[in-house]
Amino acid sequence: MSIRILFDRIDEPGLNTLAVYERRGGYQALRRALSMTPAEVLEEITRSGIRGRGGAGFRMGQKVSFLPRGEMAKYLVCNADESEPGTFKDRELMQKCPHMLIEGIAIATWAGGIERAFIYIRGEYQLQAEILQAAIEEARAAGYIGERILGSEHSFSLVLHRGAGAYICGEETGLLDSLEGKRGNPRLKPPFPAIEGLYAGPTLINNVETLATVPHIIRMGGERYASIGTETSTGTKLVSVSGDVARPGNYEIELGIPSREIIYGLAGGPPSGLPVKFWFPGGSSSPVLTGEDLDLPYDFDSLAKAGSMLGSGAIIVADQSRRVLDTMRKLVKFYAHESCGKCVPCREGTNWTHKMVQRIFDGQATPMDLDIMGSVQEQIIGNCLCVLGDAMAMPVASMIRKFRAELEADIEAARERAESEALGATRAGGAGGQPLAPQGTLAVH
Amino acid sequence: MSIDRMPPVPRFEHGSRVPGWDDAVDLTKDPAVVPDPATTPVPAQLRAEIEAAMALYPDRRSAAIPALHAAQRHHRWCSPEALEQVACVMRLTPAYLTSVASFYDMFELEARPEHDDVYVCTNISCSLLGADEVLDALLEAAGGDETIHVRSFECLGACDIAPMASVNGEFVGPLTADDAARIVEDLRAGRPVLPDRQLRRRPCVDPGARGHGDGTSGPGDGGGGGG
Repeated sequence: MSIRILFDRIDEPGLNTLAVYERRGGYQALRRALSMTPAEVLEEITRSGIRGRGGAGFRMGQKVSFLPRGEMAKYLVCNADESEPGTFKDRELMQKCPHMLIEGIAIATWAGGIERAFIYIRGEYQLQAEILQAAIEEARAAGYIGERILGSEHSFSLVLHRGAGAYICGEETGLLDSLEGKRGNPRLKPPFPAIEGLYAGPTLINNVETLATVPHIIRMGGERYASIGTETSTGTKLVSVSGDVARPGNYEIELGIPSREIIYGLAGGPPSGLPVKFWFPGGSSSPVLTGEDLDLPYDFDSLAKAGSMLGSGAIIVADQSRRVLDTMRKLVKFYAHESCGKCVPCREGTNWTHKMVQRIFDGQATPMDLDIMGSVQEQIIGNCLCVLGDAMAMPVASMIRKFRAELEADIEAARERAESEALGATRAGGAGGQPLAPQGTLAVH
Repeated sequence: MSIDRMPPVPRFEHGSRVPGWDDAVDLTKDPAVVPDPATTPVPAQLRAEIEAAMALYPDRRSAAIPALHAAQRHHRWCSPEALEQVACVMRLTPAYLTSVASFYDMFELEARPEHDDVYVCTNISCSLLGADEVLDALLEAAGGDETIHVRSFECLGACDIAPMASVNGEFVGPLTADDAARIVEDLRAGRPVLPDRQLRRRPCVDPGARGHGDGTSGPGDGGGGGG
């Protein structure tokens, strides 16, 4: 259970520099990959069975194989826009071992016949961008990036691109528009990026963690990598654990271990000693699970079967003292703020849901509002260009389904509170019919 | 609740519920065209930064965000003048750049003096652990001081130090409401903010990450509880 591939001695001083990375055997996998044909490299990646670590869990080997063959301008974009609430694994990886990512990109571009690569890092990651930029310059000076690297036929360029604060740019097509210098609005799919992506050319988009794993796949061999984890969720995964846990942080786990082992064994469980009430297994976009689901194996398929998803591997834990409604309000406000506004069901659905949640707090909701909210979520799911709306609808629907009684009690309590306040205000000579909520509370930001 | 007790829906004079939606429009002016280099002075350093950014991409338009970052560094906010200068160098219209700048949270479209940026994360993990109190305390501590811009921000990707804030890009946490005064003091004195709680110094919590072996030797290295 204690295999560490990406996090192996991650805190070694100076690991962010080329000298230390090389001393530990860095860039040997690139040399090995360059001695193989691109098809052989792709074969190893496919054999490893690695699934995308960014959220969708799509097989990387398959993604690379979708790229058209032949001479043309193809692109690789590394998605480092880690913005999914609860997720902070790529941050630690880029900050402490940036060359692992660069080596992975060098190998992936060789496998895909790609000559231009970009890393799109979220604008808020200033320190990580500085470290990555320094590492890119070191790698370029050492001949790992550029023309005919290490005397091979492989040439590629790598540019670090900083975003400026927009969750939607983590969505692959929104990211492409943003990288093209536009507002980060998602595009209609198909065509998928592998066929028509950045600058309308075939584009391979992968998460930081996925690409950083590539050197290890080449080093270990795809088959050996696939022997770790479960049959359909191979390898190790970085999980970000936060919320009500004693030791929040990033852990590298073998896929398929019980979730309890992560939340209690590694992260120490709720410091209050109270039981877990609900938890997000894969970032705020994943439907919530309850304390009863703690024995689920932590892998792509087991979580999907339980009605949720592994997502980005971000576990947010809330103990029994928490109200579901408070978390729902934060969640909904976030998606309403981040909806790009291109698709109506998402733009209106997130904002209406936010208003309806606010109504509960203002004491103006009835239990029927939960049904209306539920039906709004149903009308968002699957009806937009991207899954931002779904990412709100799925957890909100799961909260209504699993904690309806508690939400109804909260609605009733808020209503009684508001009524007694209104009564008090009237008695005190205040204006009757005064809105209970200040006007500004309806607007999101 | 009966209908007569429902609060009225707030309306504003021009029929909109949200005042200010049309603030950006001045109907008395013609649309701005791509600025004329002859009449648009651009600081040499800013021009050099934008041109260097444009050279990195197959399509110069990709440099819009890096160029706006540079302009914001020079002008402290994306002022009409700043946007005009970027538009001039990139050969785009100011309207196009406004549309881009207004999409992203990190670009400031309101006039600001020289200031420090304090982003307080108020997303799920941070708010579970008291982010709203931290935000209120920081707003109060910096109250009225235009040189310290405190704002709530969406998840900054540092839930391991929740509740946290990004102070001029430096991630610090975990914070309590009591830290607000010290953060403001450190900023006013020009000192590094809460050096003992900066994320950059935080070691990885994973006990196995300290282990030995190259990680491919399979089970048996490091491990155990500990924290």
